[in-house]
Amino acid sequence: MITLEHYLVLAALLFSISVAGIFLNRKNVIVLLMCIELMLLAVNINFIAFSFFLQDLAGQVFVFFILTVAAAEAAIGLAILVLLFRNRGTINVQDLDAMKG
Amino acid sequence: MTFELILFYLFGAILLGGALAMISVRNPVHAALFLVLCFVAAAAVWLLAEAEFLGIVLVLVYVGAVMVLFLFVVMMLDINLAKLREGFTEYLPVGIVVAVAMATVLVAVITRYITMDVPERAGPEYANTEALGAILYTEYVYPFEIAAVILLVAIIAAISLTMRKRPDNKSIDPGQQMAVSREGRVRMVSMASEKKKSPRRGAQGGDADGQQDDPSK
Repeated sequence: MITLEHYLVLAALLFSISVAGIFLNRKNVIVLLMCIELMLLAVNINFIAFSFFLQDLAGQVFVFFILTVAAAEAAIGLAILVLLFRNRGTINVQDLDAMKG
Repeated sequence: MTFELILFYLFGAILLGGALAMISVRNPVHAALFLVLCFVAAAAVWLLAEAEFLGIVLVLVYVGAVMVLFLFVVMMLDINLAKLREGFTEYLPVGIVVAVAMATVLVAVITRYITMDVPERAGPEYANTEALGAILYTEYVYPFEIAAVILLVAIIAAISLTMRKRPDNKSIDPGQQMAVSREGRVRMVSMASEKKKSPRRGAQGGDADGQQDDPSK
C-alpha cells in the first residue's frame, strides 16, 4: 500500500537533491535551469499525491498549469541564455557581473 | 509488500538516482539526458497515483519538447566545461550540508504530522482524462485561457529575443527591389560631342579600348 508519506518523502528528497544541485553547479546556467525544472517536478509530485489522497482533481489542474508556466519559463530562459552567449561568449555566472550586483 | 509498492520503490529509486547523477555529471548533455530519465520515472510515479493524463503529458511535453529544447541549446553553445566545473569540490560540502539538513527537516515533519487514509482505487471504468477535461473546460476555463495566453507570450518573447539581422547576410529587401524606377537609376546628361583622341599608343589587340582615356598613360 503506497501511503501519502511515501510520495511526500520522495518529493522532499528530490527537492533537496535539486537544492544541492544549485549549490554544486553554481557556475553553469544551463544546469541551474535544469535544477529548477527538477524542483518544479518535486512540487508537482506533492500536488499529484494530495490530489489522489483527497480525491480532488483540483490538484491535477494545478499541476497542468504549473507545467504550462514551466514550459514557458524554460523557453524564455533558454532564449535569454542563447542571447547571453551570443553577446558575451560565456555562460559562466561569475562572468556576468555587468550590473555590479 | 504489494506489487504497487515494489513499483513505487523501483521508480522512486530511478528518480532519485537520476537526480543525483544529473547534478554531479560533468557534461551538460549527460545532465540533460539524466533529467529525461527523471521525468520518465516521475511519470511512472504519477501513474501509480492515478494521474494518467498528467503522466502522459509529462512524457510528451517535457521529454518530447522542453528537454529537446534544452539539448538543442546545450549542443549549440560552445562552452568551456573545465571553466564551468571549477569550484565544484569547493561547494560540495556546503551543498551536502544544506541538502541533508533540508531533507531531514522535511522528512521529519512529513512522517510525524501528515497522515491520510488511503482511498479506494478507482475501477476500470474511471477515465482520468475525461474527469480532468470535464472540470478543466467548465470550472477552470478562464485559467485555461490565461495559460494559452502565457504560452503565446512565451513564443513571441523567445522569437523576438533570439531573432537578429546577420551582418554578413547579403539578401535584399524585395519591396525595395520592386520600388526601383527608371528615374532613380538613369540620369540623362546633355553635353557637346567630343572629338576622338589620338589613335592608340602601343596597343596590343582590341582590348585597349578601356585604356584609351586613361590619364596616367
